[in-house]
This record gives sequence, C-alpha cells and structure tokens, in this order.
Amino acid sequence: MPPEDRKHWGTVFNGIKQTFLRGYEEWRAFSEEFEINAQLMDDTVDVTLPVDPARLGTVHPVSQVMDELAEIFADLGFAVATGPEIEDDWHNFTALNIPESHPARAMHDTFYFPEALAKEGRRFLLRTHTSPVQIRTMMSEQPPIRIIAPGRVYRSDSDATHTPMFHQLEGLVIDRNIHMGHLKWTLETFIKAFFEVDDVTLRFRPSYFPFTEPSAEVDVGCSWEGGTLKIGGEASWLEILGSGMVHPRVIAACGLDPAEWQGFAFGAGIDRLAMLKYGMTDLRAFFDGDVRWLKHYGFSPFAVPTLSGGVGA
Amino acid sequence: MKFTLSWLKDHLDTAASLDEIVLGLTRVGLEVEGVDNPADRLAPFRVAKILEAAPHPQADKLQILKVDTGAGEPVQVVCGAPNARAGLYGVFAAPGTHVPGIDVTLKVAAIRGVESRGMMCSERELELSDAHTGIIDLPGQPAVGTPFAEVLGLDDPVIDVAVTPNRQDCMGVRGIARDLAALGLGTLKPGTVEAIEGGFDCPVEILTDDTEGCPAFFGRVVRGVKNGVSPAWLQQRLTAIGLRPISALVDITNFINFDRGRPLHVYDLAKLEGGLVARRAREGESVAALNGKTYALTPEMTVIADAREVHDIAGIMGGEHSGVETETTDILIECAYFDPQRIGRTGRALGLTSDARTRFERGVDPAFLEGGLQLATRMVLDLCGGAPSREVRAGQPPEVAPKVDYTPSLTQRLTGVTVDPGKQAEILAALGFAVETGDTWRITAPSWRRDIDGAADIVEEVVRISGFDAIPSTPLPRAEGVAKPTATPAQLTERTLRRAAAARGLDEAVTWSFIAPKDADSFGGGAFTLENPISADLAVMRPSLLPGLVAAARRNSDRGAATIRLFELGRRYLETGERLTLGVVFAGARQEKDWRDGAAKGFDVFDVKAEVLALLAAAGAPVDRAQTFAGASPWYHPGRSARLGLGPKAILAEFGELHPRLVRDFDLSGRVAVAEIFFDAIPAPRGKRTRPFYAPPALQAVTRDFAFVADKALAADTLLRAVQKAEPKRIAAVRLFDLFEGAGIEPGMRSLAIRVTLQPDERSFTEEEISVIAGKIVASARTVGAELRE
Repeated sequence: MPPEDRKHWGTVFNGIKQTFLRGYEEWRAFSEEFEINAQLMDDTVDVTLPVDPARLGTVHPVSQVMDELAEIFADLGFAVATGPEIEDDWHNFTALNIPESHPARAMHDTFYFPEALAKEGRRFLLRTHTSPVQIRTMMSEQPPIRIIAPGRVYRSDSDATHTPMFHQLEGLVIDRNIHMGHLKWTLETFIKAFFEVDDVTLRFRPSYFPFTEPSAEVDVGCSWEGGTLKIGGEASWLEILGSGMVHPRVIAACGLDPAEWQGFAFGAGIDRLAMLKYGMTDLRAFFDGDVRWLKHYGFSPFAVPTLSGGVGA
Repeated sequence: MKFTLSWLKDHLDTAASLDEIVLGLTRVGLEVEGVDNPADRLAPFRVAKILEAAPHPQADKLQILKVDTGAGEPVQVVCGAPNARAGLYGVFAAPGTHVPGIDVTLKVAAIRGVESRGMMCSERELELSDAHTGIIDLPGQPAVGTPFAEVLGLDDPVIDVAVTPNRQDCMGVRGIARDLAALGLGTLKPGTVEAIEGGFDCPVEILTDDTEGCPAFFGRVVRGVKNGVSPAWLQQRLTAIGLRPISALVDITNFINFDRGRPLHVYDLAKLEGGLVARRAREGESVAALNGKTYALTPEMTVIADAREVHDIAGIMGGEHSGVETETTDILIECAYFDPQRIGRTGRALGLTSDARTRFERGVDPAFLEGGLQLATRMVLDLCGGAPSREVRAGQPPEVAPKVDYTPSLTQRLTGVTVDPGKQAEILAALGFAVETGDTWRITAPSWRRDIDGAADIVEEVVRISGFDAIPSTPLPRAEGVAKPTATPAQLTERTLRRAAAARGLDEAVTWSFIAPKDADSFGGGAFTLENPISADLAVMRPSLLPGLVAAARRNSDRGAATIRLFELGRRYLETGERLTLGVVFAGARQEKDWRDGAAKGFDVFDVKAEVLALLAAAGAPVDRAQTFAGASPWYHPGRSARLGLGPKAILAEFGELHPRLVRDFDLSGRVAVAEIFFDAIPAPRGKRTRPFYAPPALQAVTRDFAFVADKALAADTLLRAVQKAEPKRIAAVRLFDLFEGAGIEPGMRSLAIRVTLQPDERSFTEEEISVIAGKIVASARTVGAELRE
C-alpha cells in the first residue's frame, strides 16, 4: 500500500478503534453506575434512628468557681495555698488571736476530735474557716505574700442555708505598705471580674473579727429584678465578704515583725458565691450528688475559665 | 440586740430621722438586721366610741351598736362582745381592713339580717395578746379617730442590731447612743445616776469567797416593797423587744440589762437563809433555775449561795427558790462582776444561755457596779416603794482601762484614709477615750471598752466614726508584664484529672468528708472520729471516697437513674495525713438496651480499669510502665479487682468491682464498679521544654500473629511483657486480640492470640530476620509457661 494510502487507512482504522473504545468505556461506566444504583436501592436506612448519646460529664459548680477564683487572682499575682482540714486549735484559733476563753470560739460551732488525740497540748478539730492557712503560709514563707486558699471548712450547723461542711475562700496579702485601700481595690477588682460587670459598688461596714483590725464586712450593691440578682447599683446590699487588716498579734504569732510587715486578709463563702452567680437556691443540693442536679448546674469540662475566654462559663 | 427609737432617745438627744439613724448604726459597725414598727401593722385600726348599744332582734348575744369612728356619720356595727356598751372607747376596723388575729378581710355584711359596717376588735384579733373575753376597752377618753397604735404607745419603731462580740458596751441602749453621738447624730444625754443613801445597815452579809470568779459583789436590801405589775411604759419597752413583762421587780432588772448592758439579780430576802456569798459550787450541788430546769454544778462554776443552798448560777441564771413573787416584800439586789472566761466556760458546760450570760461573758463595764446598783434602787423605790439599806461592797471590780500608745499617722498607714489629728482626738473623746496628745499619743480607753488592746484598735475607732466610705480604692502594685503562672504541679494535675473525668462522661459529686462509722469500718476503718458529730451518720472522717460515692449512687438509683457514673476529687483522712484522691463509681447500666446492641450491659472491672488508665494517662502518669497486680482492698470483689502501680510499693490506683456483700449493704444491685486514683503518688514529670529529636520511621511496620496456650493462671500481662521483652528494640507493640478456652484446648488451659508489630529502622526485615525474632518471641513466652499453639 502506498505510504499515503497507508496513512489514510491508518487514520480511518484508528478513528474506528477510538470510537469502539469510547463506546466500550461508556458502556462500562454505565453498567457500573447501574450496578451501584441497583445496590443502593437495597441499601437505605432510616437515618432518623437515634445514635448513642454524647457522653459528656460535668464539673461541680464549686470546682468551677474555685477554678474561676484561681484564674482571676492569678492575674493579680496570687498563688493558691492549701492547708489541712483536720487542724489543731492553735492554728485555727489561738494564732488567730482567738484565745481559749474567747466567745468567738464558742460561736464557731466547732467539730472536735477527742482530747486523747491532742498533741503538745493542741487539740485537733475540723477547721472552722480557711484562715489557719494564713498562719501556715506566714510561718512557712517570707513576705511579700499574696495567696488565696480555697477549701472545705466545717461547722456544726445545719438548716436550709447551712450545711456542716461548706467551702471558703481565704485571701492574704502581706507586704510593707499594704493598707485597707488596697483591700478595697482588690475586692472591687475581684467582684467585677467574678460577676463580669463593669461597675460595682462595695460597701465596707466596720465589723469584728479577732484576727483583723480594723475589720470590715463587705456588702455588694445589687438589685433583684423579677427575682434575678443583678450585681451593681445601690438598690440593695448583699453581704459577701469578711475582711480587714491582719491583726498585729497574728503577724507576731507567725514570727514576723508587725512593725515591718502589714497587710490584709479576706474570706468569702465559695458555695454562696456560686449560688449568687449561677442561681442555685438550695445549698444542701450541692452535696447530694444527684445526677439530675449535677447535669443541670454542673459545667462542661471544656468550659475552662481563662482570662481570654472569660471566667463565667 | 433590740431597742426602740424612743428608748434610744432616752439617751440620745437627736433630731435625726429613723432612716438617718439606721444608716448611722450600720456605718459605725452596728449592723441593722431589721426595723419594724408595730404601728404600721395597726395603721387601719382607730379609736372609736360606742354611742348606742341596742339588742339585736334576732339574737340574744348580739348587740347593734352605733359607733362614732371620727369619720363622718356614726356607723352601725353588729357586735357579740359581752362588754360592748354605750360610752365605751374601743378600737374600730372599717370594711376592707385585714384583721390579723382572725385572718379575715372585713366586708359589709348582714349578720342575722342586720347590716354591720365594720368591727370592734379584741386584743387577740389584733394579735396583741390572747385576751378575747371582750372588745378592747380603752381607759380615759382618747380622741376618736386617733390611730390606736398611738394611744397604745406602740408607734415606736423597733430596731434590731447585730452587736459584734467585742462591743459589750453596745449590749445596752446607752452604748449605742454613745456611738451615734460620736458620729454626730445627736448629743449623748448625761445619764447620771444619783446615789441613794440607805437608811439602815444591810441586815444580811454579802461576801465573795471566789475573788477570781466574782471579784466584786455589791448589794443592798430594800424593805417593804410592793411587787405589782410594772407601769405601761416599762411593759411596752420590754414587750417591744420581745421580753414578757413579769412583775415590776423582774422587769426592772430586765430593763437595766438592756438599757445599760448591766445584768442584776433580785432575791426574795424572806426565802434566804442568812446572807449571800459568791463561791465555787461544791461537788454534787445542783440548782433549780428560773427556766424550770435543774442543773448539776461543778467546783469550776461560781455560784451565789446562802447558808443552805445555791440560789444563782452566777451571772447566768437565778434560782427558782429565791425568785421574787407578788407577795415579796423584802428584797436583796445583787450587782456583781463575774469573770468573763469563767462565765463562758460555765455557760458552755451547762449548755445554758441567757441575756445575763451574753453580757457577762463579753465583759460588763467594771466601773458601773455602783451605778447599776443605784439605778436599780432608784427604780425599785419609784415603782415598788420601800426603804433601802446601806450598800455592801464586797471585793473590788478589776481595773480595766486599757492604755495604748498611738501615733495619728498610723490611721493613714493602715487604712489609707487621712484624718486630721484634731478630728481624731475629737472622735476618741466622744467615744469616752482619754487622749494625751504629743509626739506619741497616750490613750486611755474607757472602762467599758475592754476590747481595746493596741494601736490598731484606735485606728478602727477613728475610721469607723470618720467613715469607711473614705477608704481610697488603691491598686495593688502589679508585677511587670503578663501575670506569672501560680499553680503548683499538684494543682495542675488535679485540674487536669477533674476535666478529663468529666470529658469522659463522669459527673463530679461533692460528698461529705465525714461518714457513718459502719461505712468507715467497711472501707478500712477511720482514723479520726468526731467527738461531737452533727449526727451519728456523719461522725468519722472518711478513709475512702467510695462510701460517699456509692451512697450517692444508691440515692440516684432510688430516683430511677439508669446509668450512674460519678467521680469525686477530695481528701481521704488517714493516720498518715490527708491525701488527695479521685474516686469513681459506676453503677446501673453501662449501656442501656439498644436497637443496635441489644440487651442492656452492666459495668464490670474492665470498665473501671479502662477509666483508671485513661485518667492516669491524662494526668501524665507513665501508664506504659504501670503494672496490674491482682487483688485489692477487702471492700473489693476479691477475684475482680486489682491495684495498678509502677511497682508493688508505688501504687497509683485501686479498681475493681465492689464486694457483693457491700453492694447488698448499700441496697444496690448488679455489679458496681469502683476505683480510687491516688494521684498524689504520680511521679512528677521530669519535663524539659524541648523534646528529644524524633522523625517518624520511613519504613512501614510489619505484623505477625502468634497463638499461645498457657495455664489459665498465667496472667495475660505476664505473657505480653515476656513477648515485648523478646526483642525490645524492634517490637513496637504487642496486642492481645483473642482469648479462647474450650474445644481443642486442654481443661485448665487457654489460648491467647497476640499480634506483634515489628518496626524496621534503616532497611526492611528479611524473612530470616523475622524468623529469628519470632523464635525469640516463642522462647521468651516459654519462659513464663506459654507454648506456641500448633
């Protein structure tokens, strides 16, 4: 065949071949598609059927609030300190300027352990407040000191608003020139951050705690709108904190020189702070472990309080 | 501490309004807990006069009254009171008024066919007393239409303040008035007490033998008194603050107690055998107190006794036998000083509180014994008549007038508030302090302020009067830059564990630190038992978190919860200390009946094992090095529990199923899986910020499966470790994927199928190399008693 013919027929046959191949490919794709479609016809489920529920647990409100407090106070330079709950009467009372005969001792409704367990004349008890952590901190650390101490405390008291076990937050600042003005600012700053409000009015009332002098109880201005608490303003007052300048005798009892070191301390009920912030009304439910309550009032483990993300879950 | 506004004005000359006073009280540290004006409740009730009283035509016991209410025409009222009569001045309630004593809002109504437009009230209907024999019959001719409360002298707000334990002086109205005067809300009235000369020597002896418990015992006799009811003003004062008027003599002592914070006691002289002595009680003595109870006394307690018996638990409560009565004619007035500490101890030992104890325990003014006695004498003479003897003063009250060195600049140093020294001196003087100014001020506190014990107290006095409002909000000095982290490694571990557990579906509970003794005994025994638990079920400090959690699981189960996954993060209280622990309880259904998986499944030991490993891993524990040791504490199921540790001594956790006996004791059913993680035992990570170099291997791993037969007693873990150890550098993972016993396997034996992952490093394994490794694996397994299955 002449070369030009060969070229011609080559093109022709090649075209026919290509046509066949294309046809075959199309047929194949079609039949595969047909087969899959046929299978799909038989492979349909009711997608509305329920699946396993997401299993996410909860963080207890007290723990959440403790984390919030740690976060807020970390920004102000406070570390978190702890101490034993089974305390002795020296740390819980005597060192805090509450001598044996002091009426405040009787007022504390203390849980005691038997006299026989006493060591070196110190009687064991369940701490009635977190204030002994002040003592332990001042005795083990050199000022300047800035700590908060959250934890369980115990009083022999039980009714709708009191449980024999509850949680307190202690704060302590010891330095050279710390005065009540710093206390006021610290508490204002804390309350603003904790309740996430821009403006807060605190009312300082003279009061009495044996371990502070001068002492002040602190009320926060608030209002109740339709039964809901709103922090701010001066329509109503809510007592939330006890505070004062650490008593010189307490500083001296810890081996520091009160002429050189001074500072403030404060205490608040953590359960109460949680109730005010998140709206629980019954303290006893905090300690019941009712899963329904925990699911409702507890917090997602991912709601970690942070300064950038906010401390209000 | 309650008082009324008019009572306050006995001591304070003031034009201040009630609101100003209430605000002032709170400002100086006397927190107002409530203000209540009974007149507000009684506002609708007004004085009315019955003009006519005619019999009711339909009822014998009813009358038809024409009543002048002071507002317009007389109104017609049907009344059933036997004492209703023309000319009577009584108390009228118009239709629309709510009558508290019968809880009815009045309407115009026809009573037996006669219209009645209101009501004449009895005392009970107004909740003034229980009297209901007739309507109120007012004495004299009060102006018709006047609010009844005004006539009654009840238009007097009652103020309730919380007095802090350091302020004994404010346990009397006068002390409160002094604080308000210092604040500038008026002038303190002189309040001087005149001395009354006695006409004869005290006929009986008054002594103190216990000069420590009772350093001073002043007293005198008054003869020929008449102990009737006290006058209306006195009764009103006492009633207003919640005290029941008893008789003039008793009311006088109660009045002075609240007016001056000065407790007194009055004895019926006729009932005493000889004089009175303050002494310690003798072993075996007891006294029947005025509250009707008998108290056994100990030699630690100071008492007042005559020659025969104890008549008074000194400073706390008088005795029944020598109390004054209506027939009493001769009395002995006691005004003593008792040691506050001993009063406190005695009161606590007897579990007895009283208004007197509250004051003596805080420390009454030691300079007001004479004053108290004279004031009492004056009131007795005024209200009951009689002739007083000369006073007897046994012992000496302690000299309490604390002296303090003070520099005025200290106020600024401690509070940030600048108060002019002149103003400071003025405040202190108004509060009764004597001030000698100079470079350092020498300040003498008044006798009634035994709480003052240092310069810081003076600062508080100055600032609470000048005003806490002036404290300037001052930022704490802030360290430069971003706030430094403050959490300790232990605190971080705790936070991580908590959120890891919650993220894995567990709910965090907080349960009591104290548990029932029987539960403590079941879980290892408590090391600390409370002497005074609030209830027997909350008596022992928990040695384990599990009893509290299991009890919570039971409560949830009782409430119908199908699945319970709880954890708690708290302390166990052991002989060796308080150890932070995480407790877990799984109860109910692990999985409920399900359309995909069929029947419900319960929890078992492997669920908690998985939980424990996951949580430990989250907490940064080296779980790949941890070993499982069969068996755990006795409260676990002996065959379905284990300890997990880095060695037999370094236990990180205990887990398993709760002992069936305890499942029964806790009223639960099925398998209850529990665990405790002792996370304070997790070794601290030796963390460096920079990680060691690592690049993922380029070559793919290969796997080989082996089936071994071994005695059932051989722990799977032992075999897995033996396999791993055969070629530790090359074996990247060892996994048990099948477990079989039965057909084809000798009884007592089981088959364990294991997949081994081998990781080549620089070049791929040859078949020979793999055979060599396989040989080593089989040999290593043989050392623990496992044979390759043929």
